Amino acid sequence: MLEEAIFSGFGGQGVLSMGMILSYAGMIENREVCWMPSYGPEMRGGTANCITIISDGPISSPIISTFDTVVALNQPSVDKFESQVRPGGTIIFDSTNILNPPTRRDITIYSVPGSELATAKLKNIKVLNMLILGAFIAARKTVKEETCISALKKVLPERYHKLVPINKEAFELGMSCIK
Amino acid sequence: MGEIRLMKGNEALAEAMIRAGCDAYFGYPITPQSEVLEYLSIDATKRTGMVVLQAESEVAAINMIYGAAGCGRRVMTTSSSPGISLMQEGLSYIASAGLPCVVANVNRGGPGLGTIQPSQGDYFQSVKGGGHGDYHLFVLAPSSVQEMVDFVREGFDIAEKYRTPVMILSDGAVGQMMEKVELFDQMPRKTEFPDWATTGRKRGQDRTYITSLFIKPEKMEMINLNLQAKYQAMIENEVRYQSFHLDDCEYIFTGYGLGARICQKAMEMGREKGYKIGLIRPITLFPFPTTIFNEMASKVKGILDVELNAGQMVEDVRLSVEGKTKVDFYGRMGGMIPSPDEILNAFEEKFINGGAK
Repeated sequence: MLEEAIFSGFGGQGVLSMGMILSYAGMIENREVCWMPSYGPEMRGGTANCITIISDGPISSPIISTFDTVVALNQPSVDKFESQVRPGGTIIFDSTNILNPPTRRDITIYSVPGSELATAKLKNIKVLNMLILGAFIAARKTVKEETCISALKKVLPERYHKLVPINKEAFELGMSCIK
Repeated sequence: MGEIRLMKGNEALAEAMIRAGCDAYFGYPITPQSEVLEYLSIDATKRTGMVVLQAESEVAAINMIYGAAGCGRRVMTTSSSPGISLMQEGLSYIASAGLPCVVANVNRGGPGLGTIQPSQGDYFQSVKGGGHGDYHLFVLAPSSVQEMVDFVREGFDIAEKYRTPVMILSDGAVGQMMEKVELFDQMPRKTEFPDWATTGRKRGQDRTYITSLFIKPEKMEMINLNLQAKYQAMIENEVRYQSFHLDDCEYIFTGYGLGARICQKAMEMGREKGYKIGLIRPITLFPFPTTIFNEMASKVKGILDVELNAGQMVEDVRLSVEGKTKVDFYGRMGGMIPSPDEILNAFEEKFINGGAK
């Protein structure tokens, strides 16, 4: 098993955390993992992304230019990374935020109204990343659902653990978006 | 097995420093290695009693290292390219005085204040001696978060064995990325110090004296000869590299640190296309793994060296192969990172599509 994914969106949407939670989950399941964030001025308001690789074997390059899966939470991310999905790969995007959706025919495209669902159903836009991560796991099955929740508890500082239930709810809502 | 954690390269380096029984860290924050000081500030002093001090500048930090190393303590500093430049005078003094210490450079794009993205532009500075005089740093090049941990402990051992400053030459990507690491157990801090350490003269003892000023050229030449003998011993005993597919390869990719990791992916992609590519990753940049390059040179059709700079290590590769095979170079600069596809394209252009001779 080898999953080479990139999570991309605006700074503040929690894209780096999505990759980090997936990495923790990979580690819990005894896989090799590598999480490479974009860092620098783009993290303060601009577009942020992280490459996350989960593998059964040793991981070579932490930097890659084509991906099995792209997760895009804003328009610039779709514009930039759609062309970098490998043929047969997957793109998952937040349809609330994106006016020009991906158009390629040789990849699987999942449109998830993440921001809309997070605001309308959960009254909390901050859980958007867990919702989309739920969709990612339902689509890709990279790690087990319950491992992701354990990983969330590792990433979230203890003082925020009261937020685990709503994040779990968001994660499950995201999973239900993938048919 | 040691404790397994998911850590950033910089945090792992800091954790390894605490566990290696480091006595003191002096440093000054700079992106992309600020997490080191940040991590040590949490509870390093509480855990082992080590000193963690933010100096007023990198110049001050390296001179604090000089002083504390002179007392026989395990000491370490970290910085990134512009800050490491400021430390060069101090490193020359420390090398001349024959003191052990570990310095980590989380290399960013230069020259000048440059960028904060990953780069390998500081190879020459690290390997050829960035300060004045005939000295070398012992240079280790980690390519994973695990090696950020391992090389701290091994770096201290080498530094103390040879009484030499050791450089861990990392880069922004290795510093910032998270990987699974296995940590070694907490080691005790030293309670006994070597004879040469300036720990206060006891009755009946000779005075210990640490300097890099010798005035008489005869004496200074002796100091130099001793240094050169030390470097020769490193060349004979401490060379390290990692290799892949050297048994069947027709071409060799080479690079260090992050560059080597990207090359490894390019190699895997190339082998899927039927190119017999191998890889040599120098782990010690000084002493350089000259012999393996020389041995392989007569067995392959060419070597592609990939670095995140304008071509620095490639000079050592060329010296090693003594003209026996074609050595070409591909690199990106200023914080740009070559992708595996880019490297494979460069290889095909330079070695396959009519470029073989």
